[in-house]
Amino acid sequence: MNLWLIPIFPLLGFLLNGLLGRRLPKAMINLIALGSVALSFAWVVKTLVGLGPIETKYIEHYCTWIQSGTLNISVDFAVDRLTAIMLMVVTGVGLLIHIYAAGYMEHEGGYYRFFAYFNLFMFFMLVLVLAQNYLLLFVGWEGVGLCSYLLIGFYFTEQFATTAGNKAFIVNRIGDFGFSLAVFLIVRQFGTLDFTKVFDAAKGLPAEASTGILTIITLLLLVGAAGKSAQIPLYVWLPDAMAGPTPVSALIHAATMVTAGVYMIARSASLFSKAPITMDTVAVIGLATAFFAATIGLAQTDIKKVFAYSTVSQLGYMFLGVGVGAFSAGIFHLMTHAFFKALLFLGAGAVIHGLHGEQELGQMGGLFKHMKITAITLFCASLAISGFPFTSGFFSKDAILVAAYEHAPWMYWVGVLTAGMTAFYVFRAWFLAFTGDYRGHAHPHESPLVMTGPLMILAVLSLAGGFINIPHFLEPMFAERAENQGLAWLSAGVGILGILLAYVFYVAKRGLADSFAKAAGGLYTLVYNKYFVDEAYDATVVEPLIEGSRTVLWRGVDAGLIDGTVNGVGTRSRGIGSILRLAQSGNIRSYAAWVVLGSIALLLAIGFSGGLR
Amino acid sequence: MPANFAPSAADYLRILPEIIMTVAGVLIMLLEGWLGENKKRNLSVQTFVAFAAALVSAVAANGNPGLSFSNMLIVDGFATFFRVLVIAVGILSLFSATQYLKREHAESSEYYALLLFSVTGQCIMATANELIMIFIGLEISSIATYVLAGYLRDDKRNNEAALKYFLLGSFATAFLLYGIAWIYGTTGSTNLSTIRIALLTPGSETNVILAGTAAALMFVGFAFKVSAAPFQIWAPDVYQGAPAPVTLFMSAGPKAAAFAVFLRVFMTAFGPITSRWEPFVWSSALLTMIIGNFAALMQTNIKRLLAYSSIANAGYVMVAIAADSQIGVAAAMFYLAAYAFMNIGAFAVVTHFSRQGEKFVNVEDLAGLGWKQPVTAALFSIFLLSLIGVPLTGGFFGKFYIFKAALDANLVWLTVLGLLNSAVAAYYYLRILVVMYMKEPGEATLSLQPVGVGIAATLWISAVGTLVLGIFPSVVLNFATASSALVK
Repeated sequence: MNLWLIPIFPLLGFLLNGLLGRRLPKAMINLIALGSVALSFAWVVKTLVGLGPIETKYIEHYCTWIQSGTLNISVDFAVDRLTAIMLMVVTGVGLLIHIYAAGYMEHEGGYYRFFAYFNLFMFFMLVLVLAQNYLLLFVGWEGVGLCSYLLIGFYFTEQFATTAGNKAFIVNRIGDFGFSLAVFLIVRQFGTLDFTKVFDAAKGLPAEASTGILTIITLLLLVGAAGKSAQIPLYVWLPDAMAGPTPVSALIHAATMVTAGVYMIARSASLFSKAPITMDTVAVIGLATAFFAATIGLAQTDIKKVFAYSTVSQLGYMFLGVGVGAFSAGIFHLMTHAFFKALLFLGAGAVIHGLHGEQELGQMGGLFKHMKITAITLFCASLAISGFPFTSGFFSKDAILVAAYEHAPWMYWVGVLTAGMTAFYVFRAWFLAFTGDYRGHAHPHESPLVMTGPLMILAVLSLAGGFINIPHFLEPMFAERAENQGLAWLSAGVGILGILLAYVFYVAKRGLADSFAKAAGGLYTLVYNKYFVDEAYDATVVEPLIEGSRTVLWRGVDAGLIDGTVNGVGTRSRGIGSILRLAQSGNIRSYAAWVVLGSIALLLAIGFSGGLR
Repeated sequence: MPANFAPSAADYLRILPEIIMTVAGVLIMLLEGWLGENKKRNLSVQTFVAFAAALVSAVAANGNPGLSFSNMLIVDGFATFFRVLVIAVGILSLFSATQYLKREHAESSEYYALLLFSVTGQCIMATANELIMIFIGLEISSIATYVLAGYLRDDKRNNEAALKYFLLGSFATAFLLYGIAWIYGTTGSTNLSTIRIALLTPGSETNVILAGTAAALMFVGFAFKVSAAPFQIWAPDVYQGAPAPVTLFMSAGPKAAAFAVFLRVFMTAFGPITSRWEPFVWSSALLTMIIGNFAALMQTNIKRLLAYSSIANAGYVMVAIAADSQIGVAAAMFYLAAYAFMNIGAFAVVTHFSRQGEKFVNVEDLAGLGWKQPVTAALFSIFLLSLIGVPLTGGFFGKFYIFKAALDANLVWLTVLGLLNSAVAAYYYLRILVVMYMKEPGEATLSLQPVGVGIAATLWISAVGTLVLGIFPSVVLNFATASSALVK
């Protein structure tokens, strides 16, 4: 089947545009960038048609990558039903967003660079979903993170974009720390990283013997997933990541990369389902993130920030789904979310594009008559995310909520409340942007067909995508979910209530919202400022770390010699009074004293007391 | 005792690389006086030929492994690995130095001769099977390096670096020598295998304490050379003060060779008393990683930043030693190779960028390099990503093997803390990337000349090496694994 062709097309696109793009005309860059993704999509379709129903996993072995002792890691790609869904989402939605981006980025500098990074991202994302072992998955995992970093910081002349890119990278490093530790533990426990072998071995383990180690492994995997998928406590980077161009937000920070954590958990279902403590943790983290992010979304005024928090919140739903054991429901929501959230972002991008860069909801209003297609398609997406009956979100969200009810009824109720809030703030944004009178100063205009075309296709998918019965399709891999029609209608009702409330607040009785905000006072400030989580992290983690290394290591152990080798005078005037200053003088005697002290300690420990043990 | 000291032809073949480089070094010194002023720069070509011949003979010697010169030297896979590595480092240092020397108007062949001598010393260290040979090799390598560190004798920074390196280095070597004396007194031998056998024979408790003390004293000497805590304190000053191409060389070649003897002595000779030294290597590894990474966070001078990064990287290798296993040795070997490439690449960029008199050595000076010289910046990014440990680079697999070895040896906490450390490290490397790509070009970048041939060659070779080790790690790893068995 030549699965390797799927990621290789975007890689070629990256190489061509990256190396030659500077000298190529725009039409050629478009042809390379879009063509490579289109070819990749076509090859996915061809492969899936060729494979038929994929009753068993289809694996292609290319070569042995590492052979070290008993550890054997090969380069293998595989397709099963889970991968099939991911491939369709990544290449399908990816292609639509690439087409859109050709219009959106037309007047931006660094056009070729943007598409080179975009294609590189597609390559790593496809490696991630096709990988048949944890190491290859990790290659994709790190690669998409790198591209995300490059694209967030794309507008590098703006300080904010640079800082946001850094934040994303650093927070993800914390997640990667967990992931890599988990990988090491898997090697140690199972002696292999191959999915099939690891999962078979895990199934064979007796329950009492395996719970401990599997709990640790899965908790560490969860740290990785929480970093990539922006879950509490590592969600802080995603809202800032909106500093990147809007197509990036749509593709990477809504539809594909951020769902990698959910995919990875679903992929490792055999490990997770044997670790009940981890499963509960996943569910609770997911639910808390969904609720918490939704409350923040209520008070945001930047249209992209609203959707960013809604992404965090929806990812929380997916975690809730996989956490309560409804893996297929989680993946179902992953897919529908890719449709409607990509649409929300692309629609927001069309609005921003039409308003020459304005993102504040306060500067919009009455845009319906200026950009009808954008307004209508965004309306469809808003219905879908609110879980309006028979839209895609209705089916997938309810699959998760019903499963949560089976697990613990209180989770269902919190989830329903969150659904109500989601409907409220999404429609709040819609009403603020498209109804009433125009409050800004730009000349709003509709976007060209290259941008509205993808919007319309995604609108159809957002409305009808729920009829693709993913849980049934995944049944051979994950156990079937529970059904409960009554509960489904209840949560849909709450969603509709949220929409109506938004209508009352922002269309029927304007001003009500402001008086509410005033009445809530401190609570509103708290929510508006995102609970001051960023500030708290700065105060408790970042500052102490920097201060600590400054005072202890820089002033203490190292001599404070930023320029000290030549400028002994300069260092002497700094930090006088500290006892450790003896060590900072940059002079040889004190360095020699360090060597002697170290040796004495060493000799005492090793020679006379038999080592430290 | 049958005394047949006459060496055989095979003996000579086994040390052919050292012979070639020594002869070449001496000839270059003589030619220096012989030739007229304008012919001097040609000698870099002769130096390259000598290195290349040494490289070939080092590889060829591996086809004829065994002990030579009455068990003083040993040619095995481990020795070959390090000989090839340090000669390769020598070649890359040569490439990156030619342009620098011309720029500083200090083109004289002494530099090349010293480089050859230093690498010769490192080759002897790699093949030494005997504490006295180790000491001689270490001194040959060190003395040449001391001189190189102060090569631009009119430069205050060079002088200070050389003096510090020399005084502290001699001080630390004294500990090593004392340790050698001690172990000779205890076991009656300086041969590594004999010491091992002596320590394996059940003896009295005193004997172990004496051997442990000897190990501790020698640890001081080696830890100093590899810049492991608490003996790392000289490294930032010396790395910052020495000429950039010399720093490039020091941070890769002498360090790799010092690790080679460290591994061989502690694995072979002190293998039987592992339980004594292992906790100490453990704590030293942790301390080295922490000091290196956290102090690097604060640096603004890029040479000093890379110096701390080099300390941190020594910490990772110490983790592999602490694992005290065959996999650990292989991991250390792999990492040292990967580290040599990525670090040489990074310092080559610094050499290129710093300009005459090393005016531009602050991180901020690199602003906008990504737009002014995209290729240089892209190659630099590869080295930085490898130092961060991003997959598909040598640095990733190096860390992967090291921490896998540590975990196999049940060093769970060291693994956890080491991984956390490498997460922190991302921050300061990232800062360089940000400055290169996301800041407007400043004066330093705008006045930058195109990359010269020598530096370009160094950059490309290092980049290819970094990526090959990252994409096809098996080739080197298999060799390292096979030869690591010999060290025990």
